[in-house]
Amino acid sequence: MNKELDNKAYLGMELLRFTTAGSVDDGKSTLIGRLLYDTKSIFIDQYEAIVATSKRKGDDYVNLALLTDGLRAEREQGITIDVAYRYFATPKRKFIIADTPGHIQYTRNMVTGASTANLALILVDARKGLLEQTQRHTFIAALLGISHIVFCINKMDLVDYSQEVYDEIRVEIEGFASKLDVKDIQFIPVSALIGDNVVHKLKNMNWYQGATLMYLLETIHIGSDHNHIDCRFPVQTVIRPQNNAYHDYRGYAGRIAGGIFKPGDEVLVLPSGFSSKIKSINNFERELQEAYAPMSVTIQLEDELDISRGDMIVREHNQPHMGQDIEMMICWMNQKKIVQNGKYIVRHITNEVKCVVKEINYKVNINTLHRIEEDKDIGMNDIARIRIRTTKPLLFDRYTRNRITGSLVLIDEGTNETVGAGMIL
Amino acid sequence: MISYSITHLEELEAEAIYVLREVFAQFDNAALLFSGGKDSIVVSHLARKAFWPARIPFPLLHIDTGHNFPETLTFRDSYIKKIGAELIVGSVQESIDQGRVVEEKGYNASRNVLQTVTLLDTIEKYKFDCAIGGARRDEEKARAKERFFSHRDEFGQWDPKNQRPELWNIFNGRKHHGEHFRVFPISNWTEMDIWQYIYHEKIEIPSLYFSHQRKSFERDGVIMAATEFMQLKDGEEIKVRTLRFRTIGDATCTGAIISKANTIEEIIQEVAAARTTERGTRADDKRSEAAMEDRKKEGYF
Ligand SMILES: Nc1nc2c(ncn2[C@@H]2O[C@H](COP(=O)(O)OP(=O)(O)OP(=O)(O)O)[C@@H](O)[C@H]2O)c(=O)[nH]1
Ligand SMILES: [Mg+2]
Repeated sequence: MNKELDNKAYLGMELLRFTTAGSVDDGKSTLIGRLLYDTKSIFIDQYEAIVATSKRKGDDYVNLALLTDGLRAEREQGITIDVAYRYFATPKRKFIIADTPGHIQYTRNMVTGASTANLALILVDARKGLLEQTQRHTFIAALLGISHIVFCINKMDLVDYSQEVYDEIRVEIEGFASKLDVKDIQFIPVSALIGDNVVHKLKNMNWYQGATLMYLLETIHIGSDHNHIDCRFPVQTVIRPQNNAYHDYRGYAGRIAGGIFKPGDEVLVLPSGFSSKIKSINNFERELQEAYAPMSVTIQLEDELDISRGDMIVREHNQPHMGQDIEMMICWMNQKKIVQNGKYIVRHITNEVKCVVKEINYKVNINTLHRIEEDKDIGMNDIARIRIRTTKPLLFDRYTRNRITGSLVLIDEGTNETVGAGMIL
Repeated sequence: MISYSITHLEELEAEAIYVLREVFAQFDNAALLFSGGKDSIVVSHLARKAFWPARIPFPLLHIDTGHNFPETLTFRDSYIKKIGAELIVGSVQESIDQGRVVEEKGYNASRNVLQTVTLLDTIEKYKFDCAIGGARRDEEKARAKERFFSHRDEFGQWDPKNQRPELWNIFNGRKHHGEHFRVFPISNWTEMDIWQYIYHEKIEIPSLYFSHQRKSFERDGVIMAATEFMQLKDGEEIKVRTLRFRTIGDATCTGAIISKANTIEEIIQEVAAARTTERGTRADDKRSEAAMEDRKKEGYF
């Protein structure tokens, strides 16, 4: 690979997780391939393999999309079916890429890839402009709370690198995106195939004064996605060693979901409501003076309390909501439609409970972003607002406040499939 | 201002520990697949961290092809002793003796593919409902598609075209009787991350990873160790080379690289400058374009 990284520099690098999105064939996989190729992040044997495959398929050029389209079926059909994760690093940052499918049938896989991203690259075919699927993906990205969206107007080579075409599409997108809650939106005209404005600037679009995509990815300021205000420690499991050295040890293992915890802090355990003090916080043998998201730690308390998986350690004056009636936006991901009054399993942080869908408030019209209140027919790829009632109270926050305590999934009781992604309102 | 952030390696560690604890909470009887290679060593190290000061709550499961480098077995046994874990061995030789599988013939014969049957049989025998693996998405293009919690049907098969959505860090390990899961805690780690982690955590690894002198020969551009399990073709010639292994698997399908790297730091330098992937030396992947996907569908690691 291209880098000469000394160990310190490697450790100090920031991590940026980004996802691709956009309609089918807009060039997402090709763009990722181009990005990897032009940053010299591709190994010789990988490159030789895609050269051979491209040749066999009779392509005129090396199809860089093959770098991420790794499944047999994807190669046969020339489309992406499921998310591919790719990794690369420059001296400045380390990147985790989720290359997602554009085909509507596989929207669930796009949601999968986007749910852990800090930034989305949304591709638009310059010949086609904003399509319904582009709008759906943009809406989903906004709903998931991705605060940086970069629209790549792609295939500029097929529209004579026309500034006019680019400007028109940009205005159209700005109109649509103004209705969404996204902090930072940027635009870049690119040709993924030729490699213009991806890593290098060629001479085709002198009218474009902005940065290349790579420059943007390396420099865009990504604040922490984690909440460092509201203390939330969901207990994953209780550690009780069966050995003499640690006979009375009782540690609560989990990943911090919000806030900053320190030894000595007065804490409250929910739902029981008992209070205690933090005795120690450990990562393995190392005692920590403070811990915050997204660290995985083990906490010991001063008092022996009855605490188990699903409980949450918080601060007395900053508690999550506790309740059985939960309002949310839901992204539906299954062929079987959502059933009003239907029963589902809810997985929320470390809890698993049952629920009933009490109310379907409205479905979102993806083109206008209007609410369709009379339409309660929520099927695959629809986005709706619903209310569920759970059999046991859950401890939660609004999704916009905390992505970890504010998200849940619905599971079909019969098939065990994950059918809905919920963002709590 | 104090910045509340952690390094990317710490973030990967936190993610893996979270996944391991989810396995413990969601499954009744999980096993940790242990090959003695660097990735499974790192996973077992992470498991020690995840449950400290308790012991690793899973047995380590080694699917033994019988075609091992002796160094791997020596390392395995001393490592298991050191961490106080339980070891279960699934033997490919036994599967052959029982007629469950038939040994491949010819010069490139390998027991790599046969492992799948032994693995699935062992999972069934011990009624494991989850097998934790050290596969990484950056290793191979089919692996790049896999979920952290990867569902297997009652035949142990993976259906890559119909994987469950996996949102945020919410893992759905629900299954029907007879089905199981494969879980990959270090999905998001790269080869470089592994080496950096080994370096910073001072993790012990088998001597095969370091430069040494070994009798070897070249086949299809790959340097293979000369062992009793390999038959030479005409024209293939055994020479002593200074080499090391970048991945460790079965002796019949793991190629070596010429290298003088003798410390983890030197290995890191070498990995940083490498122009081929680590699996570029794996004969098992070279069999066809979709070799890995096809094996994985059948239930391979
Ligand atoms: N002329 C031209 N063709 C392009 C460009 N980018 C991509 N293509 C072509 O568009 C087709 C689709 O590209 P992909 O990268 O597979 O598209 P995708 O968005 O990943 O498609 P899905 O993942 O299936 O949604 C391929 O034939 C590419 O070669 C471009 O900038 N210019
Ligand atoms: Mg694609």
